[in-house]
Amino acid sequence: MLPEIQEFFHMGGYAFYVWSSYGLCFIVLVLNIIIPLCREKVIIRSIAIQVHRKQQK
Amino acid sequence: MLRHINQFASPKNFYALSCKLVHYFGGACLLLFVAGVFGGLLFSPPDYQQGESVRIIYVHVPSAWMSLFVYIVMAGAGTIGLIWRIKIMDVIARSSAPLGASFTFLALATGSLWGKPMWGAWWVWDARLTSELILLFLYLGYIALQSAIEDPRMAARAGAILALIGIINIPIIHFSVEWWSTLHQGPTVSKLDAPSIHIDMLIPLLLMALAYMCYFISAVLMRARCDLLALERNSAWVGELIGERSR
Repeated sequence: MLPEIQEFFHMGGYAFYVWSSYGLCFIVLVLNIIIPLCREKVIIRSIAIQVHRKQQK
Repeated sequence: MLRHINQFASPKNFYALSCKLVHYFGGACLLLFVAGVFGGLLFSPPDYQQGESVRIIYVHVPSAWMSLFVYIVMAGAGTIGLIWRIKIMDVIARSSAPLGASFTFLALATGSLWGKPMWGAWWVWDARLTSELILLFLYLGYIALQSAIEDPRMAARAGAILALIGIINIPIIHFSVEWWSTLHQGPTVSKLDAPSIHIDMLIPLLLMALAYMCYFISAVLMRARCDLLALERNSAWVGELIGERSR
């Protein structure tokens, strides 16, 4: 690996602290997008079933 | 004017509008995040005292700002919903809570990851840290209250009252660094006359703050959309919307 890149990931000895901060933020922020997306899918499916039943009646 | 507000406040129009807004703010958020992260990690200089660990502030400070802002949104929307009985405001208040709790958690966790190498301790019972921890408990209490009360209207009312009482904590967090002698540093950006932060660090910090703001707007609207669909599942517009989609 190039020394500059190695140095960048090393973060002057603070690699663990810096990278875990950024990683943690990334995980939490992405989770907060995925959860409502999944929930919306489930809700839309259950409403679609409900609508379908109504139409059959 | 009132008619416009009423139109916006109708769940059907709000749903359509929020779909558009999520796209715009989501796009802006992605661009700002990329610019902010690159600026923070690559182009901003290391601090003369803290070295490279200063890069943690680009995620810590926006998280902390947003943890306060989201609380104000939650309490404000809850109060409007409480007084004028606007359903969408209740939904926005409820959707804000998990996001606010996430931002508060991130502020505490990244602060702790910065504190270990800089202060030598993961945690100290400093006024700023303690009041921020109380904020986390307020959010968690609000979420617990929402899931404990089954009737959505009652839950919204109880939540709004809890949020209003807890708002006392917001100025306490903000001024804690001035009122008490804390280990946590004082404000560096909000001193408008002369911010004591170098412009090369200020720019990525503000980019990240904007990214977080756009993120919050799109994420809260996504949650609100889900809640609206679930609440209004028996109404005509939801039936039409889903009927059209499934065809």
